Amino acid sequence: MPSLLGGPPRVVNIGLAGFARDLAANGVPVVQVDWRPPSKFASLLAPRVAAIERANDEALARILAADPWLVGVRRAGELVPALEGERLILHAGPPLAWVRMCGPLRGAVCGAIVYESWAPDLAEAEQLAERGGVRFAPNHHHGCVGPMTGITTRSQPLLVVENRSRGNRALCAINEGLGKVMRFGGNDAEVLARLAWLRDGLAPLLDAALRACGGIALNPLIARGLAMGDEMHQRNVACTSLLLRTLAPHLARAATGPPLARALEFIAANDQFFLNVAMAMAKSMLDPAQAIADCTLVTAMARNGTDFGIRVSALGERWFTAPVEMPRGLYFPGYGPADANPDIGDSAILETAGLGAFAMAAAPAVAGFVGAGGFSEALAYSRAMSELTVARNARWPIPALEFAGTPTGIDIRRVVDIGVTPAINTGIAHRRAGVGQVGAGVARAPLGCFEQALAAFADAR
Amino acid sequence: MLANRVERGRYLDSVALMRIARRLGELPGVEAAALMIGTPSNKALLADARLLSAEGEASEPNDLVIAVRAADPGPALELASRLLAEPAVEQAERLRRTRTLEAGLALEPQANLALISVPGDFAAAEARKALERGLHAMVFSDNVPLEDEVALKRYAAARGLLVMGPDCGTALIGGAPLAFANAVPRGDIGIVSASGTGLQEVSCLIARLGGGVSHGIGVGGRDLDERVGALGMLAALDALEADGLTRTLVLISKPPAPRVAREVLERARRSAKRTVVCFLGAEEAGIARTLTQAAEMAIGRKLDYTPPALPKVRGAVRGLYCGGTLAAEAALILRNAGAPGECVDLGDHRYTRSRPHPMIEPELRNEHIARAIADAAVGVLLFDVVLGYGAHADPAGVLIAALKGAQKPAIASVTGTEQDPQRWSLQAAALRAAGVHVAPSNAHAAVLAASVVS
Repeated sequence: MPSLLGGPPRVVNIGLAGFARDLAANGVPVVQVDWRPPSKFASLLAPRVAAIERANDEALARILAADPWLVGVRRAGELVPALEGERLILHAGPPLAWVRMCGPLRGAVCGAIVYESWAPDLAEAEQLAERGGVRFAPNHHHGCVGPMTGITTRSQPLLVVENRSRGNRALCAINEGLGKVMRFGGNDAEVLARLAWLRDGLAPLLDAALRACGGIALNPLIARGLAMGDEMHQRNVACTSLLLRTLAPHLARAATGPPLARALEFIAANDQFFLNVAMAMAKSMLDPAQAIADCTLVTAMARNGTDFGIRVSALGERWFTAPVEMPRGLYFPGYGPADANPDIGDSAILETAGLGAFAMAAAPAVAGFVGAGGFSEALAYSRAMSELTVARNARWPIPALEFAGTPTGIDIRRVVDIGVTPAINTGIAHRRAGVGQVGAGVARAPLGCFEQALAAFADAR
Repeated sequence: MLANRVERGRYLDSVALMRIARRLGELPGVEAAALMIGTPSNKALLADARLLSAEGEASEPNDLVIAVRAADPGPALELASRLLAEPAVEQAERLRRTRTLEAGLALEPQANLALISVPGDFAAAEARKALERGLHAMVFSDNVPLEDEVALKRYAAARGLLVMGPDCGTALIGGAPLAFANAVPRGDIGIVSASGTGLQEVSCLIARLGGGVSHGIGVGGRDLDERVGALGMLAALDALEADGLTRTLVLISKPPAPRVAREVLERARRSAKRTVVCFLGAEEAGIARTLTQAAEMAIGRKLDYTPPALPKVRGAVRGLYCGGTLAAEAALILRNAGAPGECVDLGDHRYTRSRPHPMIEPELRNEHIARAIADAAVGVLLFDVVLGYGAHADPAGVLIAALKGAQKPAIASVTGTEQDPQRWSLQAAALRAAGVHVAPSNAHAAVLAASVVS
């Protein structure tokens, strides 16, 4: 046993922080543990710990073994047959009725109705939605994810990510760019015209290029992106560039002249182009961990602008929801917190997979959105999030963390015990439909979701 | 009024600029503010926000535009200049913070000691976790069930680990002051104490006598209880026995259960090192009667002190104490001297329920001081003033304020060292200047008080 008296002690101080400060002032190596009492569930679940650990290990093995590839771009209706059968509109977050939808989500729904020609104009589109002329369902129920409003309908082209370790796939729309776009509730003629070009111009070209190159492996691309300062949620400039570099020759073989130029220009002008690829990738990795008995890991986090919802492996398809919070952050000129829409989008799937705020240490440029800014803050974020997770993803090392992997596998027991919830790096939408992004910042998952889920988990069996 | 200022050739990332803009926007009278690099798209954004003037319009992609719309844009532009000149990163707190022991160990894999100060109901579980990970534990928390204490100490003993406490307020390990401890120079005297303030008093007196402490190991107030059987003290003795730096051992406790006392004394006799035992109030020969005596025996020299000849007063001694063992020591001295009076331990649970300990907040003593001053039966006031880490920044000052206008003699001792944050000499000088008689130790103060009333 290591003697205590051999030299100056190295201390873990659990409780009163003043003791740690005194030790630090005396030059004693010390780490402060900000302790809080364990949840009431800790003792309740004690007899099941072995089974839970086994289940979590299995889920983790599936997540860490994932081998996601971006393989194509195809029409949504063809990929999700349910979209063809009826007038179905998929949206971000947990299930939500029209009457409870926020402004941007309603705006996007109306735009999508016109885009699908189910109504001639926005006014009639709104009436159609109001009288139940379309059905709504979460993206997650159909293998999809979408940023912000996350609207998915049958005619949209979707990015296809295939997880080759398990043979499953996940889908996400193409990122439209910043400003007035449908994912922020934009629905005017300009928005709809861009969507039409994405469908008829860019999508076939991208699909051809991806087929020609046999798909693009995403694990290595993410690893390089992390080393280049991306966390894949608020910052995708490195990954977008890497993707474009890989695709460019294949695009050039599939098209020439102005159509090629426009495609290259579109991707190059949008630092967040890769965001949607990363989201589909994250879902493709996490879906195989769904529905494992006794598993307490989170398999999805998503917001619809009204509710924040999570899903937990052992609890299957159920959503555990709580009112969504306002993101805290910085605003573009002319906008402020009064303009902000509550937190929205499926993009929290990135944090669920260990990216975004969990990988903040890779992206110090993003840390400023959280508060004081600075590199130490970015490190502190990744460290704090690593306390909510059960492992690290060795395929995705973060240089600034001594090449430790991204924190992976959010355990609802840890979240409830520690009382710290996942942070989510997010764009901030204007509360009115169609204005677009007005800032960026950090949102917190509400603790209530995790408490409800843990209560339900404790009840089951 | 709209104002644009363009700084040529200046680049900062947009996050840093937005942070500055937010600060400007918080100024009174500012309607809107933005800082942007002068790219065409940014200029369009500024124009949409009615923040672009002709000057900003003329900026180029290598320029920084500071735009303010305000009744008087002057102060905001000035603040922008100042913030732009500052380093971008504010100094973060140095302390590394986590939420769990595992995360703490990931940050400090070489950690060998857990200092635990969580509520008593949870302290044993935290200590157990630390022991399982091979860490020694110091449990500051009190109200830990006795059976948990026994189980922890047995578990630790089987693994060669130390558990200091529960209810261990003080330790000095390898020169590091843990919890309520003083800045004591290192030396060759090892202390094992079942009393926190006892350890503080003895270690400070050793320092005052020119000696030093190798390690001061607290074991918790119940360690020499029949049911615990000195598991902690015996383990600490073993550790100090093996420690090359330690040449003299000092053991401090209230009088233990006879069987436990026999075992500890037997173990001390077997020691290859010189051993001083202080069981406060015990009558056996060769045992130090007071903490002062323990320190003096350890060093082999007495404190140099000639008590002043104070005029006798009518009435009893009222001792108002922050340190429990110091109160017990003074009470014992009064009793042995046949002096009337009582010593109140204001750190006792009766007085500290939902309040901080009087060592942290000595103001809690003030109401008792006022009552003693007004009480005709009280002839002389007796106090302890405890310095060190964790203690109040100026306990002498608090005491002096409470004594203002008192006509009764006041006697105090200051437990502390010159290296303590409060500095022993400054605290003692302030008390003397206020008319308080400052004795060099608690025992001397009690003897002086007793002499005044008997």
